[in-house]
Amino acid sequence: MKRIQLGPFNRVEGDLEVGLDVDAGYVAAARVNSPLFRGFEQVLVGRPPEDALAIVPRICGICSVAQSAAAASALAALAGVTPPPNGQLASRLVLATENLADHLTHFYLFFMPDFARAAYVDRNWHSEVARRFTAQRGSAVAPWLQARARFFNLTGFLAGRWPHTLALQPGGSSKAMTAAERIRIQALLREFRAFVEGVVLGDALEAFAGLSSFDALQAWAAGRDSDFAHFLRAAGDLGLAGCGRASDRFLSYGAYELFPAGLWQPNAAVDPLETAKIAEDVSHSWLFGDKPLPPAQGETRVDADKAGAYTWCKAPRYAGQVVETGALARQLVAGQPLLRDLVERHGGSVTARIVARMVEVARIVPAMENWVRAIEPGEPFCLPAPLPDSGSAVGLVEAARGGLGHWLSVKRGRIERYQIIAPTTWNFSPRDAGGTPGALEQALVGLPAGDDAPPTVQHVVRSFDPCMVCTVH
Amino acid sequence: MKVLWLQSGGCGGCTQSLLCHEPRPLFDELRDAGIEFVWHPALSEASGDEALTILEDCAAGRREFDVLCIEGAMLRGPNGTGRFHLMAGSGRPLTEWVQRLAEQAKWVFAIGSCTAWGGFSASTPGNPLEACGLQYDTDTPGGLLGKGFLSRSGLPVVNIAGCPTHPGWIVDTLEKLAFDGLTASDLDEVGRPLLYAEQLVHHGCPRNEFYEFKASALKHSDLGCLMENLGCKGTQAHADCNTRAWNGAGSCLKGGYACIACTEPGFEAPGHAFQETPKLAGIPVGLPTDMPKAWFVALAALSKSATPKRVRENAVEDHTVVRPSVKKTGK
Repeated sequence: MKRIQLGPFNRVEGDLEVGLDVDAGYVAAARVNSPLFRGFEQVLVGRPPEDALAIVPRICGICSVAQSAAAASALAALAGVTPPPNGQLASRLVLATENLADHLTHFYLFFMPDFARAAYVDRNWHSEVARRFTAQRGSAVAPWLQARARFFNLTGFLAGRWPHTLALQPGGSSKAMTAAERIRIQALLREFRAFVEGVVLGDALEAFAGLSSFDALQAWAAGRDSDFAHFLRAAGDLGLAGCGRASDRFLSYGAYELFPAGLWQPNAAVDPLETAKIAEDVSHSWLFGDKPLPPAQGETRVDADKAGAYTWCKAPRYAGQVVETGALARQLVAGQPLLRDLVERHGGSVTARIVARMVEVARIVPAMENWVRAIEPGEPFCLPAPLPDSGSAVGLVEAARGGLGHWLSVKRGRIERYQIIAPTTWNFSPRDAGGTPGALEQALVGLPAGDDAPPTVQHVVRSFDPCMVCTVH
Repeated sequence: MKVLWLQSGGCGGCTQSLLCHEPRPLFDELRDAGIEFVWHPALSEASGDEALTILEDCAAGRREFDVLCIEGAMLRGPNGTGRFHLMAGSGRPLTEWVQRLAEQAKWVFAIGSCTAWGGFSASTPGNPLEACGLQYDTDTPGGLLGKGFLSRSGLPVVNIAGCPTHPGWIVDTLEKLAFDGLTASDLDEVGRPLLYAEQLVHHGCPRNEFYEFKASALKHSDLGCLMENLGCKGTQAHADCNTRAWNGAGSCLKGGYACIACTEPGFEAPGHAFQETPKLAGIPVGLPTDMPKAWFVALAALSKSATPKRVRENAVEDHTVVRPSVKKTGK
């Protein structure tokens, strides 16, 4: 048995270290370390509750709007205010822009460069993949950065800027879209659709979103010249649909009123979401605490010398069990047939996670087009949302990487407690008190590793699109 | 020109913002200016041992590089150990890597307000993270590298402050350095490049007419000036946010919310609610930079009494309800 520490595990958001026990060339056990602690939950305590809107986006530069949306949602619940339709649509557009941009940034900049590695030079797909996806220099990089920057112009119009906006307010959106801006925003969405259809997929969004089985997806990819088809051919050759299975329990808080909330497992009905089943264990975290706590009673107190701890990340569990969250979970809970087929056949996998993001891109762009059309300039975008002096509330949203929750309590006009569970907190959690490893830790077991091993571990880790700055926050 | 980039106690948002560079895609823009990344945590292929080898070679002086860009606050705690961020795979504090690399760098850039001053990581009461900026502890010179630090070029740390930074602030500073050089006269009193910090956010603010007449917004989404009630510090914050568009067409003010002065040391702990203007006897405490208080009060009173109906009414609406009148032409 040999122990190796992989790090800096880069091309993720933030810093990541993965420890592997390798036995005869295969991973016997994995330990995931989130090595950066900043303590945003303490930064928030004692502040006026509205200050959360300025503070929480700064937890993460890639899920910034999702953090804003969770805080705005918690504060709206506290105020008992429902934003007007325009405000809801505008905020949803900003969140969807971030989520879709993150999906494709992950694909082009973080995930695909590993397939351009010299380790794959013998594969028949390698030369084309290396030409397109080599880090920083591949021919796909500049077109994606161009499309990304243009797509984020939506946030210039709708949120002032990205990242770190204050436009998402408990009462709606601080920015009221003008009729002229509505025209520009529709044009930007057409431009983004053209990029995804022309370059990423090589097909209409609706045609791709309509693929209903893994066989249909493979037939779709065969002979097609597009960036996503290149990935599918490489993934097929490497067997990535059978690689990287975690707990096969998938949690979604529900998104955009398009995708419902719930918990899904293969060959079972969707369980409704019950937030009372969420608790965080800190037995292997450098934090004080002797039993799992629901986030509304959660604590974050540093115990840097704790024996047996190996990460700053807590271990959230749902009904005591490890769950996976992300685009795949959203689509599975929503009953998307292609992904249900893929996961019922092979379990969660690298391929399933990557396909789920692309399915989501194909499904959400048309929804965004509808949301813009539904906005009525001249009607209100934001209502006053005066807060009570005391109370507690929860804000649940779906970030690109999965379910994000903010649990907030206010006393005498100040934040008394603020607890955050981010998507990668779920996916990259350490062992719990029962010794059960987190989702990634499970997904790595059995993979080839060590000297001369192919970069499979790299694919599995990045298939989750981890956001480490959110994870510990 | 070779750029080495590391991240620590921040959110990565300055890199994400940098990737929004327009009009040209970032890597094309930099490549044609002769600028390349030796390593960047979010963007480079090299991972794990491959990356550590690059970093060790740079730190030991075996591999040449020009600019060290650091993104995120320096976390010295707990108890000076730096264990709030041990760089993955290396077991060594990120702060130690930064100190070693800064000795070799020709120039050191602090990317973002966390890196320049400490930022949110340094704002937990009592600062248990022992967080600081590269050469500042909030507004006090010092920080990780110390007040007297000069990089090999003879410059102190260049503070490209902002939360996040605008992509143009970073790219333009790199290109200024590459083509014209960078001297102390290109930086302001706290080390920010004048190419963006010699302006105020107020300059070019789309709400200028409302400001002129002190026609103020009362709630979010109102069109009026955000200074009197909603916490706007655009008249005091150094940056060109309203003359250099964010994401094609934006700025905080265009987005309908206050400038919280994110380029300034200490912005993260203003001592009042971010979106509320602190006042004394009804007058905002923070007055426009360089404006004598008596004159401000006198002019505000005068302009309020002279506010046109159109400006007064539009200020408290989220869309134009009274249009500027059109002069009758012909008969």
